[in-house]
Amino acid sequence: MGALADLLGGFAEALTPVNLLFALLGVLLGTAVGVLPGIGPAMTVALLLPVTYTLEPTAAFIMFAGIYYGGMYGGSTTSILLNTPGESSSIMTALEGNKMAKAGRGAAALATAAIGSFVAGTIATLLLALVAPTVVDLVVGITPADYFALAVLAFVAVATVLGSSPLRGLASLGVGLYLGLVGTDVLTGQERFTLGIPQLSDGIDVVVVAVGLFAVGEALYVASRLRRGPVQVLAASGPWFTRRDLRRSVGPWLRGTALGFPLGALPAGGAEIPTFLSYAAERKLTKHPEEFGRGAIEGVAGPEAANNAAAAGVLVPLLTLGLPTSATAAIILVAFQGYGIQPGPTLLSTESTLVWTLIASLLIGNLMLLVLNLPLARVWVQLLRVPRPYLYAGILLFASLGCYAVNADPLDLLLLLVIGLLGFAMRRYGWPVAPAVIGLILGPVAETNLRRALAISSGDLGVLFDTWFSRVVLGLALLALVLPVVLRAVRGRRATPEELQAGEPLRHRETVGAPPGEEDER
Amino acid sequence: MSRQPVVVVGHVPTPRGRAALEHGVAEAHRRGARLVVVNSSRGDALVDEEYLQGDPLRRLEDELTVSGVPFELRRPVGRDVAEELADAVSETGADLLVIGLRRRSAVGKLLMGSAAQRILLTVECPILTVKGPPGPP
Repeated sequence: MGALADLLGGFAEALTPVNLLFALLGVLLGTAVGVLPGIGPAMTVALLLPVTYTLEPTAAFIMFAGIYYGGMYGGSTTSILLNTPGESSSIMTALEGNKMAKAGRGAAALATAAIGSFVAGTIATLLLALVAPTVVDLVVGITPADYFALAVLAFVAVATVLGSSPLRGLASLGVGLYLGLVGTDVLTGQERFTLGIPQLSDGIDVVVVAVGLFAVGEALYVASRLRRGPVQVLAASGPWFTRRDLRRSVGPWLRGTALGFPLGALPAGGAEIPTFLSYAAERKLTKHPEEFGRGAIEGVAGPEAANNAAAAGVLVPLLTLGLPTSATAAIILVAFQGYGIQPGPTLLSTESTLVWTLIASLLIGNLMLLVLNLPLARVWVQLLRVPRPYLYAGILLFASLGCYAVNADPLDLLLLLVIGLLGFAMRRYGWPVAPAVIGLILGPVAETNLRRALAISSGDLGVLFDTWFSRVVLGLALLALVLPVVLRAVRGRRATPEELQAGEPLRHRETVGAPPGEEDER
Repeated sequence: MSRQPVVVVGHVPTPRGRAALEHGVAEAHRRGARLVVVNSSRGDALVDEEYLQGDPLRRLEDELTVSGVPFELRRPVGRDVAEELADAVSETGADLLVIGLRRRSAVGKLLMGSAAQRILLTVECPILTVKGPPGPP
């Protein structure tokens, strides 16, 4: 068992005081941003990218991965107690979780979410440790053409699966791909889209784009709709997790893990789809169908396990192929590139200490998160009392400082503002941001591989379909592009999570704080 | 000839808000006045525990009904409490405003503005300020 020995070595490294401290910092930050709606792990990691200039790689990745996992935990707390999902991956949790809290079973809902997240996170991280070396063996002979095919699949899947419509996703992807093109072409030395501005010949720094799209865009968006009625916090009351709850939760936890890990590992855009599927599955399989819609514990346990398992699944393609499948993973990839490390099949052999320490600290961080979230859910809710003007002023300050620190160039601040306005417009008109970020980051990598493949074949496009691997992957990409359109034509529109919760509308960010008068008549 | 007098109370679910409410009810009884209870939030944080919703709101309504005073409950969102109270007072032509005072520490006074001070300076009617029972605010 080579993987086990490597993992134990990783534990030895991860249990040093400094690494433990960074893991703690990461999970604390992650839970905090998970609790706050609109501020997610992707934005936080983007804001923290500048620390990679001074921090040791191991410490930085332990912290980033802690933020990623922590965000998955934190989102459930607000979903259950406030019916306001902190993250998109917690939307399904709100359906049953908030009903449970209303019925005086808030404590049990929080417990099943936290323990389910822990169980799923642990199993999925162990699976990651087992699967990663195998995947590396499979893909070690991958050609540039194959890699290009994979990137195309990731683009198409992320663009068509996330967000309200495939068209908006593809448009958002285009924006990202375009921003990734700005700068000097590596092969020919020609300048592209630099508008004659010398600073742009190095390209737009990814930190500036990511921070602009996530942080500045979100801050402007929140500012544009600042006055919102406060939301009622439900008490985490009722009997704590009982034996009966445990019996009813174990199945959904395991099924959620089984759905979350593989779907997270596929390039389909992270944790939303698995939570959706897990909820649907639990609804079908439950022995208490009458409770669904009125606070069924299975509907909390399944999706919460699925989103944590998916977070671990996302790390499989990231670490073994360098292929990001969610916005947060894309930004972690930038951090790798910042250290001059290119994640890919060779990562596990060249940086094996880093990878195994990372995986070990994920397991430790998971335990920390359980301890932090189980008894302290109420404390985290207190964060939501921070007035938004203070919160977002702080974020803007951090965003500007971080961007200026990259090159100490005032032009970056201007770019930050322009891209921030773009991010605002995208939110305003319902364009998902994640495809843009993935396009921006994966675009140049895909381009390099495409041109390398074409250089080898001296310009013959046929090389792209040479291997069975690339044919299958490109076929899947085509399917991902066409299938949503066909399904829409055949079956009508897919029900959104909001529509699933018939009757009482889900209070997502868009509708938070409808005029207080409307909520009174209950 | 005379219209019914009006007493406005600025209420928050804290000891000082409770004290203000009790004095407001007493004053309304004494004057035979109508009671206008204002519970406002600036609405800039997702959670504001001083804004009444759900069960506490229903309890307040029940309590006011039991007290026998004709009352009206206003729950505006979006502006500063001083502006809301000033508006409520001028709109109803109130005879008296009752507010609760927070006990403040030296550091608190240095760092934070005072809602009570803003209310005292902006509202155009006599103001009764009451304190909550001694102890933590």
